[in-house]
Amino acid sequence: MKRIIATVIISLVAIYSANAQKLKGSDTVLPLAQKEAEEYMKKNKSARITVTGGGSGVGISALIENSTDIAMASRKMKLSEKMKITEGKKTVVETVVAYDALAVIVNPNNAVSQLTREQLEGIFTGKIKNWKEVGGENMPIVVYGRESSSGTYDFFKEHVLNNKNYAPSVMSMPATGAIVQSVSQTKGAIGYVGFAYIENNIKALKISFDGGKKFVAPSSKAAKDKSYPISRPLYFYSLASSAKLIKPFIDFILSPEGQKIVEKEGFITLK
Amino acid sequence: MKKIFEKAAHAVLFASSTVSIITVLLIILFLFREGLGLFGQKPIEDGQVLLVNKSNPVNNLTSDELKNIFDQEYTNWKTVGGSNDSILLFRIDDIFNYYTEDELAGVDTNMQLLNEKVSELVGKQTGMVAFIPEKQLVLNDKVKTIEVEPVTVSGFFGGELWFPTSQPSAQFGILPLLLGTLWVSLLAILIALPFGLATAVYMAEIARPSVRNMLKPVVELLSGIPSVVYGFFGLIVIVPLVQQLFNLPVGETGLAGSIVLAIMALPTIITVAEDSIRNTPRSMKEASLALGATHWQTIYRVIIPYASSGITAAVILGIGRAIGETMAVLMVTGNAAIIPHTILQPMRTIPATIAAELGEAAKGGMHYKALFALGCILFLITLLVNITVEFISGGKRIKR
Repeated sequence: MKRIIATVIISLVAIYSANAQKLKGSDTVLPLAQKEAEEYMKKNKSARITVTGGGSGVGISALIENSTDIAMASRKMKLSEKMKITEGKKTVVETVVAYDALAVIVNPNNAVSQLTREQLEGIFTGKIKNWKEVGGENMPIVVYGRESSSGTYDFFKEHVLNNKNYAPSVMSMPATGAIVQSVSQTKGAIGYVGFAYIENNIKALKISFDGGKKFVAPSSKAAKDKSYPISRPLYFYSLASSAKLIKPFIDFILSPEGQKIVEKEGFITLK
Repeated sequence: MKKIFEKAAHAVLFASSTVSIITVLLIILFLFREGLGLFGQKPIEDGQVLLVNKSNPVNNLTSDELKNIFDQEYTNWKTVGGSNDSILLFRIDDIFNYYTEDELAGVDTNMQLLNEKVSELVGKQTGMVAFIPEKQLVLNDKVKTIEVEPVTVSGFFGGELWFPTSQPSAQFGILPLLLGTLWVSLLAILIALPFGLATAVYMAEIARPSVRNMLKPVVELLSGIPSVVYGFFGLIVIVPLVQQLFNLPVGETGLAGSIVLAIMALPTIITVAEDSIRNTPRSMKEASLALGATHWQTIYRVIIPYASSGITAAVILGIGRAIGETMAVLMVTGNAAIIPHTILQPMRTIPATIAAELGEAAKGGMHYKALFALGCILFLITLLVNITVEFISGGKRIKR
């Protein structure tokens, strides 16, 4: 009896470890990765995939410390992070799995419906403090952002703020859902969220990156033809040594079937 | 036989208490060792370096100056004591603006080639400051590196900016975090204490047994609710309420955090205080009543003084819960690292900062050490609270 149990346990462990893979990182990629993993496990009964969030920085830290197989990231890996991996004599593999557009959102009761990049920079670095300075009502601007571990935080800083620091008064929320909630209940609020998070209780602004000549509303079409300026690739980072383990799953995501899920979840497909 | 058994029991007790004390001491030692490592380090990211033209008279910068330069607040070297020349920023990705693809062929695999190009460029541009990896740094005779002032104790405690991930110069000023923590937890305990004490007295002395038997499990149930649930409740209910009540532009404030924390600390305060009030000997109560004191006089002249040490324990536990709570506070206080002037402003507390940032901080890095230093401060605050309360309740006991 004992021997049978032992054999069962050993074989279970063997099956489990052979197909078990862990994904960790960006909260933006999280819903997509979960859905992909679900579908993948439906097709491959023996596969075990666990997906957890925490932010792009958290995922990449975990990859460096070898506590995850794939780091999901909504920004490119920083040079310093890459150096830590090469120091350990390992090579990192980068895969773009989908694209995402960042929407700048305000309360639906806000009269402002479009902003230029320069105005956004002013608002998020604390130079512009009142909505009337950008053509709205006379009310203070309440700025919401993400925690610094978030890839969205870094991406917005690099692409919209021209690498300047956020103002200290920017409130940092632990999750994108919290930004949506707060913006929907605060009249003077502004925040940035992934494209998939746009709902009816918030308003997405039209954005111009050419000084106000052309304002573009975020839509999946505008992001695909690159006319919407704030869009970004979403990455899966893994170590070359674990390529064999994760290849089937990544292939699944890149397949037409996997890309259909990308579209369904509100992200932009690769092609 | 009995003696041996007794000796063995003693030995086991001694061993387990020694082990637990040593464990606690080791944890504290670890905390401080990691935390104190922050001081004296340069606030520039590990493995990175700042490169300028040799003709530039500036040799070192404070971290504050560096931040202002890279935020494009300072645009002329004159501001930081240099010559009258405009500042030109350079980050590694900017290399493609200066060289053509052909000139940079193979640069993404060959770090040395990249650095040669950067040195060449900085050698030509007198006002340029380049932020580049130190590895395989190629210094030619036209460039030099700039030193950044290390993190000091006074800069850490007195600094007003908390930008731990800002590059190239991280800012580790904890004053906003420290003040935020103190404001939120002090107000929380001020709100929770009267309600908690009143409920404890009511449940122990005034309520009928049937009411009490119903209330007690309900209160204990409150302490079993996970803090995320409290946080979500706070974000949906208390935050808009605070916003409307005080007509604020934003509801995520220290006050919202204090209210949520007060609700969370209540069960602890009520349970511990009620137990100690009920522990008052029946003989003392009866003696007081027999002397002609009313029920109320008995409560506040006999029972509460008798239970005072238990009540202070309740307060300590309550404060402990308030100061150390992370998740609920993270969701409702807005987490903006600014120096608070009123309780109706967004605040960022120390535990919330540690919880939000420790996951991304690379082990052994500056940010990691700064978060451990914050942990040390949290530890010292709790220690101080405990010692104060011990001192006060100890004094009372002697008087009695």
